[in-house]
Amino acid sequence: MLLAIPLLPLLGFLINASFGRRIGKAAAGAVACGAMLASFAIAVASVVRLASLEPDSRAIVSRAFTWISSGDFTADFTLRLDPLAAVMILVVTGIGTLIHVYSTAYMHEETAPEYARYFSYLNLFAAFMLLLVLGSNFLVMFVGWEGVGLCSYLLIGFWFEKRSASDAGKKAFIVNRIGDFGFVLGVLLAFVRFGTIDFQQIARAAAPMSPEAGFGTISIITLLLFVGATGKSAQIPLYVWLPDAMEGPTPVSALIHAATMVTAGVYMIGRNAVLFAHAPATLTVVAVIGTATALMAGTIALVQNDIKRVLAYSTVSQLGYMFLAMGVGAYAAGIFHLFTHAFFKALLFLGSGALIHALGGEQDLRRMGGLKRDLPITYWTFLIGSIAIAGVPGFAGFFSKDEILFRTFASGHAALWTVGLLTALLTAIYMFRIVFLAFFGERPPEPVAPAHPEEEEPAAKGGHATGPTHLTHPTHLHDAPPAMALALIVLAIGSVLAGYASLGGRFERFLEPSFAPERVEEVADRGLELTLTAVSIAAALGGIAIAAYFFLKNRRAADRMAERFAGVRRLLQNKYYVDEIYDGAIVQPIRIVSENALWKAIDVRVIDGAVNGVGEAVTGASDILRRLQTGSVRAYAASLFLGVVLILGYYLWP
Amino acid sequence: MVPLNYYLVLSAMLFAIGTAGVFVRRNLITILLSIEIMLNAVNLTFVAFGRALGSADGQIIVFFVMTVAAAEAAVGLAIVIGLFRHRESLNPDSWTALKW
Repeated sequence: MLLAIPLLPLLGFLINASFGRRIGKAAAGAVACGAMLASFAIAVASVVRLASLEPDSRAIVSRAFTWISSGDFTADFTLRLDPLAAVMILVVTGIGTLIHVYSTAYMHEETAPEYARYFSYLNLFAAFMLLLVLGSNFLVMFVGWEGVGLCSYLLIGFWFEKRSASDAGKKAFIVNRIGDFGFVLGVLLAFVRFGTIDFQQIARAAAPMSPEAGFGTISIITLLLFVGATGKSAQIPLYVWLPDAMEGPTPVSALIHAATMVTAGVYMIGRNAVLFAHAPATLTVVAVIGTATALMAGTIALVQNDIKRVLAYSTVSQLGYMFLAMGVGAYAAGIFHLFTHAFFKALLFLGSGALIHALGGEQDLRRMGGLKRDLPITYWTFLIGSIAIAGVPGFAGFFSKDEILFRTFASGHAALWTVGLLTALLTAIYMFRIVFLAFFGERPPEPVAPAHPEEEEPAAKGGHATGPTHLTHPTHLHDAPPAMALALIVLAIGSVLAGYASLGGRFERFLEPSFAPERVEEVADRGLELTLTAVSIAAALGGIAIAAYFFLKNRRAADRMAERFAGVRRLLQNKYYVDEIYDGAIVQPIRIVSENALWKAIDVRVIDGAVNGVGEAVTGASDILRRLQTGSVRAYAASLFLGVVLILGYYLWP
Repeated sequence: MVPLNYYLVLSAMLFAIGTAGVFVRRNLITILLSIEIMLNAVNLTFVAFGRALGSADGQIIVFFVMTVAAAEAAVGLAIVIGLFRHRESLNPDSWTALKW
């Protein structure tokens, strides 16, 4: 039963990969959506069954086969559904299904083989993601972990004829590989330390220990695992691939780079909550990195002009929140934010996709405006998503973000709380900047952009080529077609309602067994909670008000601000020059060393030199030795005779 | 009785003559004859040792050697005739084509 959840999308992948180009677009889309829907149905059934079990034994285990057995080491191919995995599979299959449905409309301009290829990748991704969250040990998880990375690469580079897209795919893959290296080392060290790679057994072994005071083995293990998480979940220092990943089709950004794959790192920490709880040093690192990432990405998002890039930095920022929650030990709050974020960020991406679709591939916010009238469904759903992410009370983001901020403050990290609050303010500002720029005001007349070529990001230009027929600028705007509208509306409803899952601590209690034996201490101080909540609400509303002032009421004020702080603006627009710094500090040195030392010196001189030298030595020696072969029989006889004389002489000499 | 050493010295001299003939002479037939002398030098050694040790083994081997020598002479002369037809010469240095 459990096995069917990842197997169904895999089946969909096999069908679409093998026959997709022949069965036509409608059938290919139907196969992909059907596989996801069936998987979702089974996931719901499994979770219902899980919920009916006793809270203390809430886990469904399904062992497929023993995968590796070598000496003391055994790794079973086992899937395990516990409350944490239940949340994840519902998100992956549920939102995944919606995005599949949305994609059938979004990708309709592709040719049949491309269409089938797209859906086969999407299904393969879902299969690997489900494997990642259901795996009961590090090895099965790692298969999923690498698989989603592969699918991410394939889908970012889906329009691989476009140079920037294939580059972005490679960047994502390589940056992730750096993180995966840390992850593998962490798993190996965990095996050395605990003699097993099974999550349950490691947790049981670690539980009785007291938390490490200094920096011991568990701290190193968790830190290495966290390096993997920074790669997959786009945290400092490995976040640079995610904004570029927006080169992929927008539904891919929604599914992989907002709702599911990028949360794998958060999920992994939640899965190993017991282990991380025993390494306070690592937890501090996680919290600080998460907070720093949240703030940094939030500030960058303020000035980006590509709508998808703003959302990408917003994702990085929200992931930072999740890591902050993990770092302060509020695992349930972090997973809850993951859950709500999946809804509203998928909604926002799909909404931006609908915008881009309607505008014929336009992604630049400066060339949008006044779309409220023409695209009502997109407008209202996007607005709901923005309200949800900004943290306005009553919407999903409010519950989870407020919970994280409260837990952070309650655990005594006042500094992190302050930064988190500031980021919440920034979140509201940049989200409503999009809303006001895209949907309000007037749409600027045709071409305006070339005025600031230096501000133009390379990707923004590339956005035109999202599809062969996207190039023409339509005079008539059409709102989201039914398939897209359906996904938008369902997600909008989710973005409102998802938050209520946590009322009365239900969500937390449901997840508790997964983080056992760490008990989340009941916080009694209602007054403090209410005060902090009020502050968060003030931040959210304040952010919206600031955005409204600058981008709705008085756009000239925004321009004046931009001129006043031109340096800061340039710094933010260029994303703190991190890409350039990485290029100078890492990429170029590696390239120079590779080219001049490894290639031109070691490869050409040493390795090629050795190979060619052997050949030349043999040729040279042969040139001399071949003179001995005179062809004269008498010469041979003479050498034979001489040889006999010498040998006999040697042996017979007294 | 003649001591063994006399035979051995005679045999060595014959062998040296034969060897010198092989290397010095420029006529294939003479070379073949020189090889026969070397073989007979060896035969003489075998017989001498057989007699000195009171064993028939030496004489038996000599019969084999003589048989092989007869065959060798037949084949060798046939090759020499073939070579002569090829190049109208009996000088072994005429045939040095098999080289680098």
